[in-house]
Amino acid sequence: MEKRQLTCINCPLGCQLEVVIDKGEIVSIENYGCQRGIEYAKKEIANPKRTVTSILPVIGGELPMVSVKTRTDIPKDKISECMHCLKDLKVGAPVKIGDVIVKNIGNTGVDIIATKKVDKKND
Amino acid sequence: MMYDVIVIGAGVIGANIARELAKYELNIMVLEKNLDVCEGTSKANSGIVHSGYDAKPGSLKAKYNVIGNVLMEDLCKELVVPFKRNGSLVLAFSESESATLKKLLDQGHKNKVKGLAILEKEAIIAKEPNINKNVYQALYAPSGGIVDPFELTLASAEVAFLNDVSFQFGTRVTHIYREDDAFMVVTNRGEYKSRTIVNAAGVFADDINNLISDTKYRILPRKGEYCLFDKQIGDLVTSTIFQLPTKEGKGVLVTPTAEGNLLIGPNSEFVDDKNDTSTSEEGIREVIRRAKQSVDNIPMPFVITAFAGLRATEKNEDFVIGEADDVPGFFNALGIESPGLTAAPAIAIEIAHMVAQKLEAKQSDNYIIKRNKTVHFESLSIKEKQELFLKDKNYGKIICRCELVTLAEILDSIKRPLGAKTVDGVKRRTRAGSGRCQGGFCSPKIVEILAKELGKDLREILKSSEKSTYLIGLDKDLL
Amino acid sequence: MDNRDIVIIGGGPAGLAAAISAYHAGVSDILILERENSLGGILNQCIHNGFGLHKFKEELTGPEYAERYVDQVHELNIEYKLETMVIDITEDKHVIAMNEIEGVIDIKAKTIILAMGCRERPRGALNIPGNRPSGIFTAGTAQKYVNIDGYLPGREVVILGSGDIGLIMARRLTLEGAKVKMVCEILPYSGGLKRNIVQCLDDYDIPLRLSHTITKIHGKERIEAVTVAKVDEFLKPIKETEEYVTCDTLLLSVGLIPENELTRKAGITINPKTQGPIVDSNLETSIPGVYACGNVLHVHDLVDYVSDEASIAGQKAAMFVKNSLISDDKFAVIAGKGVRYTVPSWIIDDSSIAMSIIRFRVDGVYKDHFVTIKLDNEKAYHKQKRILTPGEMEQVMILRKWIDAKPELKTIEILLEED
Repeated sequence: MEKRQLTCINCPLGCQLEVVIDKGEIVSIENYGCQRGIEYAKKEIANPKRTVTSILPVIGGELPMVSVKTRTDIPKDKISECMHCLKDLKVGAPVKIGDVIVKNIGNTGVDIIATKKVDKKND
Repeated sequence: MMYDVIVIGAGVIGANIARELAKYELNIMVLEKNLDVCEGTSKANSGIVHSGYDAKPGSLKAKYNVIGNVLMEDLCKELVVPFKRNGSLVLAFSESESATLKKLLDQGHKNKVKGLAILEKEAIIAKEPNINKNVYQALYAPSGGIVDPFELTLASAEVAFLNDVSFQFGTRVTHIYREDDAFMVVTNRGEYKSRTIVNAAGVFADDINNLISDTKYRILPRKGEYCLFDKQIGDLVTSTIFQLPTKEGKGVLVTPTAEGNLLIGPNSEFVDDKNDTSTSEEGIREVIRRAKQSVDNIPMPFVITAFAGLRATEKNEDFVIGEADDVPGFFNALGIESPGLTAAPAIAIEIAHMVAQKLEAKQSDNYIIKRNKTVHFESLSIKEKQELFLKDKNYGKIICRCELVTLAEILDSIKRPLGAKTVDGVKRRTRAGSGRCQGGFCSPKIVEILAKELGKDLREILKSSEKSTYLIGLDKDLL
Repeated sequence: MDNRDIVIIGGGPAGLAAAISAYHAGVSDILILERENSLGGILNQCIHNGFGLHKFKEELTGPEYAERYVDQVHELNIEYKLETMVIDITEDKHVIAMNEIEGVIDIKAKTIILAMGCRERPRGALNIPGNRPSGIFTAGTAQKYVNIDGYLPGREVVILGSGDIGLIMARRLTLEGAKVKMVCEILPYSGGLKRNIVQCLDDYDIPLRLSHTITKIHGKERIEAVTVAKVDEFLKPIKETEEYVTCDTLLLSVGLIPENELTRKAGITINPKTQGPIVDSNLETSIPGVYACGNVLHVHDLVDYVSDEASIAGQKAAMFVKNSLISDDKFAVIAGKGVRYTVPSWIIDDSSIAMSIIRFRVDGVYKDHFVTIKLDNEKAYHKQKRILTPGEMEQVMILRKWIDAKPELKTIEILLEED
């Protein structure tokens, strides 16, 4: 049996949910203010996921850097690995929003895509 | 290489001495431990040109203050430095306090200060409507003024530089010894040889003197804290408003600055550390409390920044000017605290004259007075702005939005003689970053411009001193 | 001199949305003036996601959100000038601007839309004692270095203020390799969104120290440490709780101030509570034909609402140009008990508008309170909210039918009630 405390993010109230877990299964959820708290706790315990955003250097672009993100959210415990995969990476100009920069980052099945347009530099 | 004179310190005193020395046929070097001029005592002070009533009659302070006050106006004109004779008022809030005003008036007369008068309540309020209505009488000194201390220092140093005075920054004097007829000045960047030395080292002037002279001095650094306000309320008062002087000095003042801000301060606190220019909560609270005694409706939300400076108070509380008794060729400008800024032009002439006599130097025939004028874009009319733009497109590009500083002005501040090498250097020369957002928007742009102009990486750009970097690496460097 | 129907000052989210909506309302002679080198404003450096949930029902990053509007501006051929700084607006609606290509530009506008955004409160405004070393940044300045230039400001970071930009930067700096030691918030609650507290701080075990502030800055050249202390109920630091925390970087996220220097110079009336111009429900300021929207009007927490608000400003400006605004009569909106301010401050008496949105912020944390709308002392709306905090902007609708039912109506009051 494990007791976990979560802050519900659905509203400014920020209920301090108390979740009891046994062998990965939720035994009880307490201290929720509304139904949305229960849904949130279930999701956060079963498979917490986050979208990761960062920036990467652009070679030959009109801007030095391009912002990127994971196309969808990835498991929370993969965030650090994802960032390490981005280290030392550079992108060639031009880049469009939605261009795939890294396929299947850190074996998450999720691609890293560009979130900004960077044209080629005119010299 | 043998110099005729080495000036130690590029504050307002050192820079003005260098400028006066440049009028003679002399080979001059200025050594400054910081990376720019005006980084010590001259940087953080009230910017007041005192009329001279509060120095003790017969003191060097009284003598140089009164002469300096007269010289300042023409000098600022010559150097194109912001100066305004805005007059000053010392407030008394009761009859008993007024007795002290009379004493100041007498003292002023002894010091030969012109135009002093005691004003009654109505006249004071007519002149300064925002002053505390409980005021009883005030001593009015029409010759009081305000000057931009940094501009005065920079302009003097620039003119010295244009007249072939050398400057070495980041150069700290650690030892001085005699070798034959010369002085050897040992620094962190090697040794310099000179026939004479001028000590204008501010709060460190005692240390420099004590390296070579047996007449020991001791400077007790005395901290003063200030609050600077937005230009929006720069005209809350037009004169410089003093309170009655106490043992600790002239007390907290409320004044417009030569650049148009409002300034309040300083308090007075002896400190042990000559590098301690930190502000304290109690200190700032005291400054605000005491300033409000003079002007009760100072709008505090308009504070832009607080800062502190150190006064170089010598234990005998007077200036020490002249050649050391036991070290021929070693000249002191020591213990230069208030009214040191006012006195600077007079002290400079005196010291330069003494050194020139010692070295039997001739007046130079080709002394250049004029420096290239700096542009203050914000204060120009639309027509003048457009004329400048037609000469240089960089006047069309505004970098600092609060103070309306253009790219052209920033490039000039970097490229001109003794140009800026740091972000604070640019800020002090152009005012970029000194406005209400305090560089939030423009400092990254200035870092970028400096990097480009100095051929450096963004990571190497400094705020002011050698370790004051902005950026420590690239994203993900630490992963 | 150039003549324009609509001049929009600022090409951020507010300016872009106002331009597009003015165009759709039938005015095509529009000029956007933007001081930076690209459209999109501060969204360009907000590379995190979470934008557009209300507007597009999907989670976008800042640059993606901006791009949707920038693309429309291009498609509609709306004219804009970049790196162009407006230096003056006059009461008779001249806009004086400068850029590197044309120098001084003088434009006579039929209407002006103010969309200059806001700036961050700097250190000086806080008067934190100590030295003035390098390594102290406002959160937004650090965001520019990290997200636009690709540089890391420091290794060990303390953040003062728990506004959303500070929270977002705590996560960004952590992801890019810095160690964020703590976020201090002087108030007993955070001004940031709950979601940001969880996903930017809790996810990375960054402590949020509520009721804590920084009482001293240490380090002469680069910042070396800060003194952190707990504050009492009067927000005064408690000496005994002082703690020395080493760091090489201090980020300030202590509030945003609408950028209204131009507005003031033009003589437009400012609301001291918002630091933005006072407007009516058409978002018109005290000078007829000058409109305001977005963060220059009041600081928003969601860009989606900025876009909505700016659309109204654009539409009304277009109607002003076409002389199709019906009414000048208006009712005062009063910020009552518990309400710090409302935007707008007036509702235009226009029977063709079925409802008007009033946005407001409360002045403290209120649990289980009622938001009440009174029309001349008569309750028209009374609804309980589980929680109201100053960090979250609230909004209510004023229905036209309520106004129509009260022919003698003078004022509309928004207030909080316990029951």
